[in-house]
Amino acid sequence: MSGPARGNILISVEECKGCGLCVESCPPECLLLLPELNAYGVHPAHYTGQGCTGCGICFYCCPEPGAITVYRLAPPHKPLAQGDSHAAAL
Amino acid sequence: MPTDAKADVKESEILAAGYEVSHSKSPLFYDKYERKGDLQGQTHYCPGCGHGVAHKLIAEALQDLGLQDKTIFVSPVGCSVFAYYYFDVGNVQVAHGRAPAGATGIKRSCPDKIVISYQGDGDLAAIGTAEIIHAANRGEKITVFFVNNAIYGMTGGQMAPTTLVGQRSTTSPWGRRPSNEGFPLHMAELIAGLEAPVYVERVALSDNKNVMKARKAVRRALEIQRDGIGFSFVEILSPCPTIWAKDPVEARKWVAETMIPNFPLNVFKDRKHDPVVNAVVPQRSVQEVLEISNAPVGPDAPIRAAESLGDLPQGTPSSGTDSTKARPHQHHFKQFEIKVAGFGGQGVLLLGQLLTEMGMREGLEVSWLPSYGPEMRSGSAHCHVCLSKERIGSPVISHPDVLVALNEISLRKFASQVAPGGLILYNAERLPADFQLPPARVICLPASVIADKLGSTKATNIVMMGALLEETECLLAATAEGVLKSKIKKVEMMETNRKALAAGREFIDHYVRVGAVSQPDGFAY
Repeated sequence: MSGPARGNILISVEECKGCGLCVESCPPECLLLLPELNAYGVHPAHYTGQGCTGCGICFYCCPEPGAITVYRLAPPHKPLAQGDSHAAAL
Repeated sequence: MPTDAKADVKESEILAAGYEVSHSKSPLFYDKYERKGDLQGQTHYCPGCGHGVAHKLIAEALQDLGLQDKTIFVSPVGCSVFAYYYFDVGNVQVAHGRAPAGATGIKRSCPDKIVISYQGDGDLAAIGTAEIIHAANRGEKITVFFVNNAIYGMTGGQMAPTTLVGQRSTTSPWGRRPSNEGFPLHMAELIAGLEAPVYVERVALSDNKNVMKARKAVRRALEIQRDGIGFSFVEILSPCPTIWAKDPVEARKWVAETMIPNFPLNVFKDRKHDPVVNAVVPQRSVQEVLEISNAPVGPDAPIRAAESLGDLPQGTPSSGTDSTKARPHQHHFKQFEIKVAGFGGQGVLLLGQLLTEMGMREGLEVSWLPSYGPEMRSGSAHCHVCLSKERIGSPVISHPDVLVALNEISLRKFASQVAPGGLILYNAERLPADFQLPPARVICLPASVIADKLGSTKATNIVMMGALLEETECLLAATAEGVLKSKIKKVEMMETNRKALAAGREFIDHYVRVGAVSQPDGFAY
């Protein structure tokens, strides 16, 4: 598939405890644990930068409330929706 | 392989690239947790702990249902004791195992709030078994999340009621043996076996699919509470990597491979209606009960019908047969406290009940507190009766206005408690020789002898009641007759009791001067 990945992930290095559950659960296998240690002495999770579909599974499997943020590519038809007559009337 | 430069991707860059946030930290969690310095960004849970996932699922469901401002979260004792660090909702932390009891109180006083009891297996299935069973059985409209990791996590890995057969723990070092420690407790099945619970499901945080099923279950449980249907219970099988001595990924696999076969995942119950509300139980209000017992029966019925205060203020024209009917009785006290004591079998508790019911019929607030215990049969028994014009704070009486002592033991035991200027009615002809007089009036009245002459010593308590009413005028004698009639079915027994009541009153009228004080010889004449 060409073009940018459908999803994207941001992992907070401060919050990640390096349990590796996201790496294990990621369906397209696009996460890994960094070989470097973070400030807490664990290997934090990291997005390889390729292949994220934005499914959100890693978010639900991660035990830390704010460690993972999942993004999805905004649908291309959105600018059209703004020009919708109903929206304009409002 | 990623480079260091890639590790420093900023949120702004992602958004600029045309992405939008789909999953992020729920606003139900505080931005910074109230923990020590640099730990404020993280929960206190171990890496890979199931609590974090359970917290996230609950937070997401509450947020999506728009319940954040209505939620009261009851934290247990256990690893999740600090849930109040994380959830930006109302928080209460309760004693070990008592979360369902605390939640019951909260839900009953604030029925429009969403009350969540979040408990571990040591909390819910061990020390709190009674609380959860009874809360579920009463069908409290709360939601209970039961996080089961088959071990005591916080205290260091002792055997829990949910520990699997053969599973090692610090207190079952050779594995749990059913012969010695019994079988694991299946709480979801246990709760589902009760009549009242509406929704019971067991889910597991074992893999992606099951986590998503757990997400649905959490949401369904909260919806049931939001809709006020009834008690909902979700058991969540959860990994505990630290105590199980496994890495987080292995621990999750262990849930799937070992725990789930022992604790099968299932929706055990999912009803659409509250069975408690729908159960038709004939119940009479106090007013109805009084009307029924006041309904005229037999030829001399009007005496009873007059006593309900309900019809007194209306000033219904009396038919002429009952002169007391016209004006309501003015009680001369704000609160009147009576202690009745004697041998078990002397009618101590019954006398208390009769006085209480009379008070109720005269429109007073009443309480009756019996003493129960090994003394019930042929030992000494006592009860506390409180008659009040205002709501009664406590049914326990420390300084009664009147002590009705039906035997010597009771007199000696309780006489010193009587309020100064109070009254002691003692069932004998004279006080015991060595008895120290308290600062109360004492009236000796041989009630048992009188009752025996009337035909039955069983009426001793009624003789005492007659004397009590005549001396203190706390309640109307006519009410007493009404109450007796509603209590006593046998005609001849009613006759004896009516005579006993009259005899008690007569004794006071004829043998005791009004305002008599006790004399040094022990008699109050």
